Amino acid sequence: MHSFDDEVTYGTSSPRPAAIPGRIQRAPEHHMDDAFHAKARTARRSFMGKALAMGAGAASTATASANPLGEDAILKLPAHTVGLGQPVAARGYGVPSQYERNLQRRESPGLTRVGAASVSFAPLQSLFGIITPNGLHFERHHQGWWDINPEQHRLMINGLVRQAKVFTMDDLMRLPSVSRIHFIECGANTGMEWGNVAVPTVQYSHGMLSCSEFTGVLLSTLLDIAGADTKKGRYVLAEGADGSSMTRTIAMDRALDDVVVAWAMNGEMLRPENGYPLRLVVPGVQGVSWVKYLRRIEVGDQPYYTKDEVTHYVDLMPDGRHRQFTSIQEVKSVITTPSGGQVLMDKGYHNVTGLAWSGRGRVKRVDVSVDGGRNWRMARLETPVLSKALTRFNIDWVWDGGPAILQSRAVDESGHIQPMMRQLRAIRGTRSIYHNNAIQSWKVTETGEVFNVQVS
Amino acid sequence: MFKFLKPQLSAVLLLASMFCSVESLAQAALPQAAGAKPWLNLGRAATDAEVKAWDIDVRADFVGLPKGAGSVSKGEEVWEAKCASCHGTFGESNEVFTPIVGGTTKKDIEAGLVANLTRPDFPQRTTMMKLSTLSTLWDYINRAMPWNAPKSLKVDEVYAVTAYILHLAEVLPADFTLSDQNIADVQKRIPNRNGKVKFTGLWDLKGRPDVQGELCMNNCKVSAEVASILPEFARNAHGNIAEQNRLVGPSRGADTTKPPLKEPLKVAIASGAVQAPKLAVAAPKTALTLAKEQSCLACHGVEQKMVGPAFREVAARYKGNMKAEATLVSKISQGGSGNWGQIPMPAQPQVSSEDLKTLARWILEGAK
Repeated sequence: MHSFDDEVTYGTSSPRPAAIPGRIQRAPEHHMDDAFHAKARTARRSFMGKALAMGAGAASTATASANPLGEDAILKLPAHTVGLGQPVAARGYGVPSQYERNLQRRESPGLTRVGAASVSFAPLQSLFGIITPNGLHFERHHQGWWDINPEQHRLMINGLVRQAKVFTMDDLMRLPSVSRIHFIECGANTGMEWGNVAVPTVQYSHGMLSCSEFTGVLLSTLLDIAGADTKKGRYVLAEGADGSSMTRTIAMDRALDDVVVAWAMNGEMLRPENGYPLRLVVPGVQGVSWVKYLRRIEVGDQPYYTKDEVTHYVDLMPDGRHRQFTSIQEVKSVITTPSGGQVLMDKGYHNVTGLAWSGRGRVKRVDVSVDGGRNWRMARLETPVLSKALTRFNIDWVWDGGPAILQSRAVDESGHIQPMMRQLRAIRGTRSIYHNNAIQSWKVTETGEVFNVQVS
Repeated sequence: MFKFLKPQLSAVLLLASMFCSVESLAQAALPQAAGAKPWLNLGRAATDAEVKAWDIDVRADFVGLPKGAGSVSKGEEVWEAKCASCHGTFGESNEVFTPIVGGTTKKDIEAGLVANLTRPDFPQRTTMMKLSTLSTLWDYINRAMPWNAPKSLKVDEVYAVTAYILHLAEVLPADFTLSDQNIADVQKRIPNRNGKVKFTGLWDLKGRPDVQGELCMNNCKVSAEVASILPEFARNAHGNIAEQNRLVGPSRGADTTKPPLKEPLKVAIASGAVQAPKLAVAAPKTALTLAKEQSCLACHGVEQKMVGPAFREVAARYKGNMKAEATLVSKISQGGSGNWGQIPMPAQPQVSSEDLKTLARWILEGAK
């Protein structure tokens, strides 16, 4: 790609002889008299000198080399301004800039031991708006992912139906379709933090969260075609086509409400890691129910007590009993910038930004505190504010350079207020793993470094 | 064409044409009759054989359970051949997956409640500690095990392996044969059978929460004292955070290979105390990366035998064999069984010929 070695120099009509094209002198020498230069040269070796030099030349973070007439980034025209760029379709399927490659979905070391039954987290700290780029959508696989030939994929509907049916992708994609924006959050998101702080950044604390525009056919349409007995059949079972053949029970009233059998996300077909060519979208409900590689829907009169309803995705309470069939992802929010592991570049104005969501409907409001929860201000909600979708919030903050603890607190349209960690623990203990929707705290220190903390 | 007409006339014509077109459009957009669903004929009827092939779920009341039987001793045979490499001889292994067996007592079997689940200090929650419905264990083994060859067990083998696990957990005696006839009775001995509660607040469409926050805005009664923070030794446990953040914007990722900053980042960079964050260097695709990507490591260890032989064992067997590379390329690509035991190695047609050679050479050189 373009290298900075082939920059050309601009502005040769310099009033000062020192500004010979291509020759760069270190700031702040050009702005000061000789006496200052002498002082700075000796003093720079001491801490005081550093402060002095910084104070004088603090206009730019690129202090190593500066042109007396202004910034090289402007005065020296780069190769991309004076050369020929790439042709169309050089990349048949576009990819992000090479400068964005720090943003990757990543595993949390030690969380699991087998990559095919593991999790990768979305880099929430660097994302914008509410839509997750498809390549950065979090992953959860139970027995490895597949890239399935859509011509061979089938969806079956059986059980308490007038006629068991089989659909090809051709059939499904002919049906009346809907496109809806919804979040998907793993039930175990923030699960590592029930007892204490365990991870450094929002990627690992909240990154089992993504939001996409899904396109597909309403499950109610398919149940209608098969003639489902929706009175006697109070439950449906969703089953995947992969090795794990993931299964989860969904209540019939929810199945008929807003569940989608989806083939597309964000304008393209589902990615293989997200269930290509077909997955279930169960708005507001934890990700495990969004069965990938969906092959079968069965209508029945009882729940199915599958592996992920009996030995996993059950919430251990303090009395030693497990809550079963917990599904709804409750009202929750998190500040994504500034967040744990980040370092603020400077004091002064900062736009504090984050995400809020609720499995019970729309986010009604988000409050932000910068003093650990003593005082709160209402944040601005960006549009769109959609039911069971991520909502982006922003709020102004002037950092005075002192320590601060940043928190956000969301309220949803059902009136549910995001609780503090200690309120959750008082009822659910510390060993639940699942459904931790506590208020998140980020501590900003005097150096601008931000740490994941929990407050008492 | 309207500009050639008189203004008033043109307006009338335009209005008329608009009405006509809107009306005809509306008619075209309407379904044939109100309430008609012209898509109801899409899809086709499933055959009985198709439903039978896929409808494998077994419910808690054992609806869906196929007839069959398997003894504890037969289960032990299957276990040794197909399960023990991942789960340990006694289902206790914590190496690859969390343990299946352990943490339950004879008293739990009587009570139907696992006492260790009330102990916060108990180190591990095993499958048998959490299991409350026996159908779940049978169904999961049947649909998803063994790990690398799901759905390859025969019905009687599933009964047998289930019986063996229950024997390891001291639920069944060594001479027991589990079958569709007695499985409902065995359910009455599952240690944590009474250990579940249904909380409708997180299930029902209009479910109400059990924990509610507070809407205090000013001078709220909180201590705001830091009660928990990541210990210093774990600072870099998730890799260098500086390489996990964008290079522009109001913040950078902290360089977690070094202790926390002692001065603001701008000052520290200017003084040379820390370097400005860089792009994460893309790791060259090593053979180990390839082995990981292609899921080789799901079944093979470098040093230890797992489901398949250890790479070092393979290297040792082919030492001095001139055709070793070609043989191994073909073995990886096409799969096979018999060389190292009964468990077949699945074919790996997705691996490119170049990658096959890289992997084969790497294995033969000792997988270093």
